[in-house]
Amino acid sequence: MSFVGGVTGSVAPSPGIGIAPHDDVPIRPADHPTFGDRVFRLACVAAASVALLIIASTVIFLVNKSRPALAKTGIWHFFTGSVWNKAGNDFAVFGLLLGTLIIGLIALVVAVPFAVGMALFVNEYAPPRVGRALTGVIDLLAAVPSLLFGMWGFFAFKAHVLPVSRWLSDHLVALPFFRLSKTVGSPNFTGSSLIAGLLVGVMIIPIITSVSRDVMARVPREQCEGALALGGSRWAMIRDVILPYGKSGIVGATMLGFGRALGETVAVAIVLQGVRFQVNTHILEQGAGSIAANIFTKFGEASPIELSALVASGLALMFLTFAVGLAARRVVARTTRF
Amino acid sequence: MWDISSPTQELPEQEVPHQTRPNLGSGTPASLIATDVSAWFGSRKVLQRCSLRMEARQVTALIGPSGCGKSTFLRILNRMHEVIRVAKVAGSVELDGVDIYGRDLSVTQVRMRIGMVFQKPNPFPAMSIAENVLAGLKLSGTRASDKESLVEECLTRAGLWTEVKDRLNEGGMSLSGGQQQRLCIARSLAVRPQVLLMDEPCSALDPISTRVVEETIQAIADDVTIVIVTHNMQQAQRVSQECAFFLVEDQRSPGRIVESGPTAKLFSDPDDDRTLAYVTGRFG
Amino acid sequence: MEVASFVSVEAAIPDMDRPRDIRSTTREVITEYVTAAVVALYTVILLRMVLDWHGLFGSILIFLLVFLTVHYALVRQSTTKELATDRLTTTLIWSVGIIVVAILVWIFGFTALKGFKKFSWSFLTEDSRTASPLHDGGGVSQAIVGSLEQVGVAALVSVPISILTAVYLHELQGRLARPIRFIVEGLAGLPSIVAGLLIFTIWPKFAGVHAAAALGILMLPTVTRTSEEILRTVPDSLREAALALGAPQWRVVLRVVLPTAKSGLLTAAILGIARAIGETAPVLLTAFDTSIMNKNPFDGPQASLPTYAWANVRVPNQLQNDRAWSAALLLLMIVLVLFVLARAIGARGAKRLQGR
Repeated sequence: MSFVGGVTGSVAPSPGIGIAPHDDVPIRPADHPTFGDRVFRLACVAAASVALLIIASTVIFLVNKSRPALAKTGIWHFFTGSVWNKAGNDFAVFGLLLGTLIIGLIALVVAVPFAVGMALFVNEYAPPRVGRALTGVIDLLAAVPSLLFGMWGFFAFKAHVLPVSRWLSDHLVALPFFRLSKTVGSPNFTGSSLIAGLLVGVMIIPIITSVSRDVMARVPREQCEGALALGGSRWAMIRDVILPYGKSGIVGATMLGFGRALGETVAVAIVLQGVRFQVNTHILEQGAGSIAANIFTKFGEASPIELSALVASGLALMFLTFAVGLAARRVVARTTRF
Repeated sequence: MWDISSPTQELPEQEVPHQTRPNLGSGTPASLIATDVSAWFGSRKVLQRCSLRMEARQVTALIGPSGCGKSTFLRILNRMHEVIRVAKVAGSVELDGVDIYGRDLSVTQVRMRIGMVFQKPNPFPAMSIAENVLAGLKLSGTRASDKESLVEECLTRAGLWTEVKDRLNEGGMSLSGGQQQRLCIARSLAVRPQVLLMDEPCSALDPISTRVVEETIQAIADDVTIVIVTHNMQQAQRVSQECAFFLVEDQRSPGRIVESGPTAKLFSDPDDDRTLAYVTGRFG
Repeated sequence: MEVASFVSVEAAIPDMDRPRDIRSTTREVITEYVTAAVVALYTVILLRMVLDWHGLFGSILIFLLVFLTVHYALVRQSTTKELATDRLTTTLIWSVGIIVVAILVWIFGFTALKGFKKFSWSFLTEDSRTASPLHDGGGVSQAIVGSLEQVGVAALVSVPISILTAVYLHELQGRLARPIRFIVEGLAGLPSIVAGLLIFTIWPKFAGVHAAAALGILMLPTVTRTSEEILRTVPDSLREAALALGAPQWRVVLRVVLPTAKSGLLTAAILGIARAIGETAPVLLTAFDTSIMNKNPFDGPQASLPTYAWANVRVPNQLQNDRAWSAALLLLMIVLVLFVLARAIGARGAKRLQGR
C-alpha cells in the first residue's frame, strides 16, 4: 500500500521523470514591486518618520536651549534647590518638582475610586443604552478644554473645597500634611495643592476610566459566568474574577492618569493664582506650584536665562512623564497575557 | 460498495448576453500543474510534496478532513499563501507551463489569471453591487470598454442578475449570504481568470444558496478551470470530475495527497484504504 | 441560597407565550431605598442646622454615608450578608455614576450661565480693537479666526501624516514599525506646554503657523493611534479579496481599506481637532495673543479663543471676566458640536459595515 502522492495515471509524474528533484527547501518567490508600490511605501515611511523627527528635535533643541541656565546654576543645584531669583539668575526647581508630584498624587486619590467605579458601572451595572450614553459622557468630559476646567475650578469648584480644607485642618491634625504652617492668623486655603489636585483629579477621570473599562471588558465571559453559576452575587463576581483579572490594567491606567496629571498646565495655573516654588507639603493652604504652571505663567516676561531655565524644567517634566508613561504601558500590557 | 452518485441534473439554459468581451487576462481556461509543493508556517511544515494536475475546463475537488492543508494548498495556487509573513513554499506550480513563482509573471498578474472565492463572502462594503463587480478591474488598474454589459454578463453567469438588476446601486452588504457569495463569484469572473479557486464556498451558506452556487459552478466550468476545496463529499461528487484526497497522519505531520483521480473512481473504488474509509464516512 | 426576590407580582398568572418578568424591582426594594434616603436627608438637614454648616461637599458626603449605612441595615434585615453587600456596592457604584454625570452637568451649566451674558452677534463678529477694561463693546472675531486658522493648518498637515503613519504601522508593517509605534505612544504623553516650548525654541517669533505646528505635534499621536485601531477593524477578508483580484498593495489600501475605514478615520480627525481647539498653553507660547484681527497666520501674533479667555480671566475685572466666560462658552459649544458630529459619523460608518 503506497501512500506518497500520485498513484493513478492522471497525477503528475513522480520526481525523477523529467523534473529535477528539489531539496524540499523553501523558494523565494520573485518579487517585482511596481512603481506605485514604491512611491506608496516611500510616502508611508516618510510619514512615519515624522514622529522620529519630532522626538529628535525635542531632545536636540530643548537640551541645547537649557544649557545656559544649567551651566549658570549647576545641574545639581537646579534640581535640588528651590528658588527663583530672576535678578540674580538663580533658578532651582526642586520645590516645583515636588509640587507637581503632590498635585498628581492628590489627583490620583480622587480620580481612581471614581474612575474604577465608573468603569465597573458602565461594564457591569448599567443597562446597555445607559452604558453607551455614559461612555459618551465620559469622553465628553475628556474633551472639555483645560482652560474651562480652570475657570470652573476657580469660580465654582474652589468655593466648595474651602470648607473641606477648613474641616480637614481642624479635625485631621494627626496627619502631617493636613497641618498648617502658621498657628496664628487666619489660614489661607485658596490656591492650595488640594484644590489643584482635586481639580486635576476630575480631569483625569476619563482616561483612567476608559483604559480600566477596556481591560475589564476583556475578562473571558466563561470565568464570570462560572462565578455566578457557583452561586456568587454580582459583587462577588466582580471582586473575585473581574478585579483580579483587571488588576494590572487598572494600575497601568492609574499610571497613565498620573502622567497626564503631571503635565496639566492651564487649569492648575488658573486655580493656583500664582506659582510658589518653595517646598511646601502643607497641601491645604496656599503656596503650591507645578512645573507646567510655572512655565506658563513666567513665559511672557522671561529673561533669556530665565527662559533657558524654564526650558530645562520643561525638559525634566517631559522625561518624568515619559518614564511614567512607559512604565504604565508595560503594566497595562501585562494583562493581555491571560 | 459505494454508489456512484446520480448524474448532475439538467440545468436551465443560462442566457449569456452576446456582447463583446473586453480584453482582459487571456480568459481561456488553463491547466494548473503543481509539482512537489511543500509549505511551512514558520518552522512548522504543513504540506509535504503535494503534486496534482488540474486540467483545463475541469472541476477538481480537494477533499479530506479539516486541518489537512487543503486550503493552504489552494492558496499556494494563486500565491496568496505568501501574504502571511511566516509562510514559505517549495516546489512549482505551472499555469499552462509557466511557473507562477518564477520571473515571468508578477504576483498581481498571477492573481488576475488565477482568481479566488473565499469561504466567507466578502463583498466590499464601501461599494455598490455594480462597483463590486467591477472592483477587480479598478484594483488592477485595467480599463473596461463597456462596463454595463460586463456587469450584466458577470452577474448573469453568477446567477444573480435577475435578483439584483434593479438595485445595482445599492450597497454590496445589503444582500443575503448566498447572494453575497454569488456577487463575489461575479466579481472574480469580471477579471477573466483562467482558473478560479474556491475555498469551501458554500460552507457558510444555507442549503438553498448552496444549490444555486453549485449550479453556478457547473455553468461556468466550461469557461474557466475550477479547483474547489470542499468538506462536503456529496458536493464533491456533484460538481467535480477529478478529486484529490488530503490527509495528515497526526497533528504534527504535514498534510499530503494520499490519492487523486477521477471523482467517480475515488468514490466507488479507490486504490487506497484510507480514501475508502474517508469517502464511506468512517472518519471525517 | 435563597431565590432572588425580584419576581414581579404581575407574573403570578402568566400567559403561555408571554415572557416572564423576572427583573423588575419589588415594592420592598423601593421602600428600602426611599427610607434610607429620607433618613439621610433628615440627618443632613439636622446637622446643618445644629452645627451651622455650609459646605456642599460635606453635606453630600454625610448624606451618602448615612444613606448607605441605613440602606445596608435595612437590607440586612431580610437577606444574607453576601446579598446585602452586593446591594451596597450596587448603590455605591450607582452613586459614583450619578456624581460624575452631575459634575459634567455642573461644568456645562455653570459655563452656560456665566457665558450667556456677553454672548451676542457683535461679540462674534467684531474684534477687540474697541474693547477696554472699562467700556463694553468689541468681540472675539480675531480669536475665532485665529483659532480656526491655527487648528485648520494643524489638521491639514498632521491628519494625513497620522493616517499614513497608521497605514505604515498596520498595513505595511515595516521593520521600523515597532520603534515608531513606541515613539508615537510616547509622544501621546508629551505635556502640551513642552510642545509649545519646542516650537518657540526653534522659531522664536510669534505666528499662527507656529501654533499650528505645536498643535499638529499634539494631534499626531492621538490621531495615529485611533486611526490604527480603525484600520484594525477593517476585516482581513476584504484585503484578501482585493489581493486575490490581482491588486497591488497600494491599491488595496487606497481603494479598499481606506474607503471602508472612511468614517472611522474622519471621526478620529474630528476628535483630534476638538482636542486641539481647546489648547491654551502651546498656543500662548507660539502665537501669543493680540486684540486686533490678524488673518495672516504666517506673520505676527495671532489671537485664539483659549488665549483670549486666559488673558481676560486672569485680571480681577468683572467686565473682562464676563468676556472670558463668553469666549469659553463659545469654545465649549464648538467642542460639543464637533463631538456630536464625530459620534454621528462614527455610528453611520459602523452601521454600513454591518450592512444597511
